[in-house]
Amino acid sequence: MSDASLAVDHIPTAPRAQEKAPGLGPWAWLRANLFSSWWSTAVTLALGYVILRVLFALFEWGVVNAIWSVPYGANGMADTSVCQNAKGIGACWAVLTDKYRLILFGRYPYDEQWRPALVVLLFIGLYVVSAMRRFWRKELVLVWIAVLAAVGVLMWGGVLGLTPVSEDAWGGLPITLILATFGLAFAFPLAVLVALGRRAKRLPAVRLLCVLYVELIRGVPLISVLFMASVMFPLFMPEGLNVNKLLRAQIAFILFTGAYLAEVVRGGLQALPKGQAEAADALGLGYWQKTMLIILPQALRLVIPPLVNTFIGSFKDTSLVLIIGLFDLLTMGKVALSDPPWQGFSTEVYIGLAVVYIAFCFAMSTYSRSLERDLNRSGQR
Amino acid sequence: MSHTAVSNGVQGPPAIVLDKVNKWYGAMHVLRDVTLTVAEKERVVVCGPSGSGKSTMIRCINRLETHQEGRIVVDGTELTDDIRALDTIRREVGMVFQSFNLFPHLTILENCTLAPIWVRKMPKAEAEALAMSYLERVKIPEQAKKYPGQLSGGQQQRVAIARALCMNPKIMLFDEPTSALDPEMIKEVLDTMIGLADDGMTMVCVTHEMGFARQVAHRVVFMDRGEIVESGTPAAVFEAPRTERLKLFLSQILRGH
Repeated sequence: MSDASLAVDHIPTAPRAQEKAPGLGPWAWLRANLFSSWWSTAVTLALGYVILRVLFALFEWGVVNAIWSVPYGANGMADTSVCQNAKGIGACWAVLTDKYRLILFGRYPYDEQWRPALVVLLFIGLYVVSAMRRFWRKELVLVWIAVLAAVGVLMWGGVLGLTPVSEDAWGGLPITLILATFGLAFAFPLAVLVALGRRAKRLPAVRLLCVLYVELIRGVPLISVLFMASVMFPLFMPEGLNVNKLLRAQIAFILFTGAYLAEVVRGGLQALPKGQAEAADALGLGYWQKTMLIILPQALRLVIPPLVNTFIGSFKDTSLVLIIGLFDLLTMGKVALSDPPWQGFSTEVYIGLAVVYIAFCFAMSTYSRSLERDLNRSGQR
Repeated sequence: MSHTAVSNGVQGPPAIVLDKVNKWYGAMHVLRDVTLTVAEKERVVVCGPSGSGKSTMIRCINRLETHQEGRIVVDGTELTDDIRALDTIRREVGMVFQSFNLFPHLTILENCTLAPIWVRKMPKAEAEALAMSYLERVKIPEQAKKYPGQLSGGQQQRVAIARALCMNPKIMLFDEPTSALDPEMIKEVLDTMIGLADDGMTMVCVTHEMGFARQVAHRVVFMDRGEIVESGTPAAVFEAPRTERLKLFLSQILRGH
């Protein structure tokens, strides 16, 4: 129950050790932290040497000797002999400049690829808007519904003069973002309900169901859930009824992520003092009023770090749909590498893919930290 | 036992009736045949050693705890598993806790307007005006925009009282409202409660504040080991204890002060 903004700055602090005192300037800081003794000077110099060598080598490989484009042969194939010769000396970024549209948008018809591109932008816009606290109103739910509907229209087409595109042709970043966004958008409410259900003392059947769900799903790897959805599930379906593969994977993904998120949310519910629920009860608030107004706002705030941790994990887990034959971003990287001229340039492709994944994951973790800071500043405990 | 007959000048229809209430936690018998009637506008102070069941009893009155045997009737409605009856009662009964239990993620004003807006369906502006009038009454209107964590314990407890009053309750329950407070803050909370008593609120208060009991209570109830041992006017209970248990308790309390 300590609030850093309260009164703390009035308490005289004991004088700290000399080397930790702030405001000494960079040279003094260096001396205090890196060259304070013979031993630490040696370590600093040795590590500094290694780091600089690695950085120089990377710079040389990735920038100085890098090849950004290659000529195309008469048959329209890329002539990668320059790259082959430069192997080990310089990076061949030409594989990315040549293949980026295949990697990002998969086998979506080339002339229609502005549609998945727009979908990616829509998703990013949705994330940005949702991240801003001043947009946290009821209308945001409508924005989500509208954007998710627009995503469907753009990808499938068939209306508004858009050529229909079967989801078999979808691939790349839109698949990753669709799986992750729909996945988390549905898994999170599911998780909250399951977490609440697991604590419902008066409803033993509901509680049992929630416990079973969480324990069953948590007990198996995501890969087996995906297999179940793609191979076994159609066997149980009546003849002729064919739920498409992407939707099945999406549902499997939602169920899987929901189980993990439910446990995170339950952790938050348990951390909340019992007095909060009692005070809400005593005021005459109903169960849902109590849950929505008092319990969840506090419980979710407590679990932002593990919640975002699970979000980031799930975002990357979307790449596992590779094994049931969906072409997400990572799979498209592999597909691009299977093109004969570009075989053997996996380092460059995987670095490019890593940059995309890091961008999304880093944005999530940075946002969660700023959100925590904001929420803590606005007051309490 | 003949404690129910003592009514000390407050007549009127009963606000709270406990009739042979029994409660167990597993094998532990925490309330034993508790029978108590509180009349409208009556003020009852409940005291007793820790573990005597006094908090459990007061929490049974708005069903934060459930009793297993006997009847509890509040404001004419019997407490049963019927959710609707429970909602009605909780609207009419305000409660103040030992640990305040303010909602830390809401401002002081929001803490006070929450229940009127959501439970009584009061328009926001009206609820805010009401809340401000009660915050003025507990003498902290200037803190309305702050969060609970920024207030002292005594201020928080006064907010908790204002929050309960905003529901315009007929009965107020106090569960050791000053036990978690530093000594210098106890008075401001007790003064608030005395003001409430002067307005004729029906009050049941678990407390060890003897001065408060003498000044405010119509009746003092002494509980020990889950049962009501003695009950009577503050003067009768404090000056002329009849049982050894009460004598022992009083000597311990007085030694502590």
